Amino acid sequence: MPEREQIRKPAPAREVEEVADAPATSETGEKLKADIDDLLDEIDEVLESNAEDFVRSYVQKGGQ
Amino acid sequence: MALHKVVGIETEFGIVHRGVAESNPVVASSLLINAYLADLQREQEAGPLVGWDFEDETPGNDARGDVGHGGSPEVETHLVNAVLTNGARYYVDHAHPECSTPECFDALAVVVFDRAAERILQRSMAAANRQLPEGQELVVHKNNSDGKGNSYGCHENYLMDRSVPFGKVITHATAHFVTRQLYTGSGKVGSEAPGLGVRDVPYQLTQRADFFEAEVGLETTLKRPIVNTRDEPHADAQKYRRLHVIAGDANLAETATFLKVGATALVLAMVEDDALPRTFVFRSPVQAMRQVSYDLTLQRPLELADGTTITALEVQWELLERARAWAGTHGLDAVGGAVGEQILATWEDVLTGLGTDPDSLADRIDWIAKRRILEGYRERHGLDWADGRIAALALQYHDLRPERSLAARAGLARLTTDDEVARAMTQPPTDTRAYFRGRCLQRWADQVVAANWDSIVFDIGQDSLRRVPMMEPLRGTRSHVGTLVDESATPAELLARLGGA
Repeated sequence: MPEREQIRKPAPAREVEEVADAPATSETGEKLKADIDDLLDEIDEVLESNAEDFVRSYVQKGGQ
Repeated sequence: MALHKVVGIETEFGIVHRGVAESNPVVASSLLINAYLADLQREQEAGPLVGWDFEDETPGNDARGDVGHGGSPEVETHLVNAVLTNGARYYVDHAHPECSTPECFDALAVVVFDRAAERILQRSMAAANRQLPEGQELVVHKNNSDGKGNSYGCHENYLMDRSVPFGKVITHATAHFVTRQLYTGSGKVGSEAPGLGVRDVPYQLTQRADFFEAEVGLETTLKRPIVNTRDEPHADAQKYRRLHVIAGDANLAETATFLKVGATALVLAMVEDDALPRTFVFRSPVQAMRQVSYDLTLQRPLELADGTTITALEVQWELLERARAWAGTHGLDAVGGAVGEQILATWEDVLTGLGTDPDSLADRIDWIAKRRILEGYRERHGLDWADGRIAALALQYHDLRPERSLAARAGLARLTTDDEVARAMTQPPTDTRAYFRGRCLQRWADQVVAANWDSIVFDIGQDSLRRVPMMEPLRGTRSHVGTLVDESATPAELLARLGGA
């Protein structure tokens, strides 16, 4: 399929610069650490209101 | 030579109907899917609903032959059950909305169509929520457990050669399924195994390991087996088998989906080519499933039947080395050629990362990405693993609402583009029989009575309906029937030309 030519695009939402097969380097580790701090800063806005009630009442029927 | 590994994924999603006193998940799932189908029609992106054809469904057939179980273990629901123009099936199953990707040519195409399925569910939520009264909302999660002992699946399917003895498949598949959890896991806070909780197992690699109770079997909803023996090839049963894999998690990370499907396709191709001289038989595979999932050090030795031990990572390294050797002698055509190279490279990167610095994989592997968020939050607020806020964050990792999803904010690496995923919501793959199914639905939905994996039924205005069998998963591709479909003005003309072809 022609669309296979376009792979490994960085995630647009957070502009992560690593590509899928980036080697495991400490630089990557530092970047990830910085990213998680940003995410934790915004997490209270993203968190479901009454998140704890939501997870408590989250019951599914068993499936396959 | 190994058969080409045609592959697909079927995912059961978690669903919640908020704002009602008593929610019924079957009703909620129906509402969700019907809202999507109505939205497509309103936007004129699809013709009338084409339903699923149950003609050839035999989920009670066992790959081991007659093993004396009592009839079919499941009854398919006859609720909403639609075939989409991308060749996928979208339906209500066991009180969950489920979407099966079309048959894909390789692991990378599976990633594209798996992401398209997520987008389909997102559009379904938006469409349903427009219809619901103020204060009500449908919420969908791509996960495999509710944290309270109820599990639902993400199954993979691989086309295999019927002539390979099934016992051989069981041996190698078991070793792979137990050990691939290292990268297929989506992470879980606590444990749902009997007698265990978050105090015993604060965090584990997979959503599903707690739910496997048998080594081999036909069941999928209780006493789940590591190797499922459902023998329903949805293709020429003389030639093919479909290995129905129930021992995996639903992944949000594209790399995890890619490697889960890609490495498994490679292992199964090697089984067909007798390229795995060494077998790893665990003393207790069911126990080993949990041991791997509970071991965050990734170094725990697993007991083999011969009294020796081995780690999950060592098994995976050996499988990778065998795969490289197999590629050297057999080529990689069976797993997609260049995509096969990409699988090998990804496999090596991931095993290297797991062995040296797992956190370096936080952009590629779900259980690591999720743990990073949970650990970060725990440290910042001084929380225990048993804290309700941690459970809430863990659930929200899987939330498919774009404004809530934590996976979408975790910096996960992409293997797909938004454009190709959007296209895959309505356009079928071009290189499997899903092309024929999808194109016929795009052009003649009003004359397609029903369809399923291996046939499509037309009403061309004659006394009897006309069924077109599609018993070969790699026929009915664009190069095979594209011109024929394009040039036929009506299904009647298509059938006449197919008959003469």
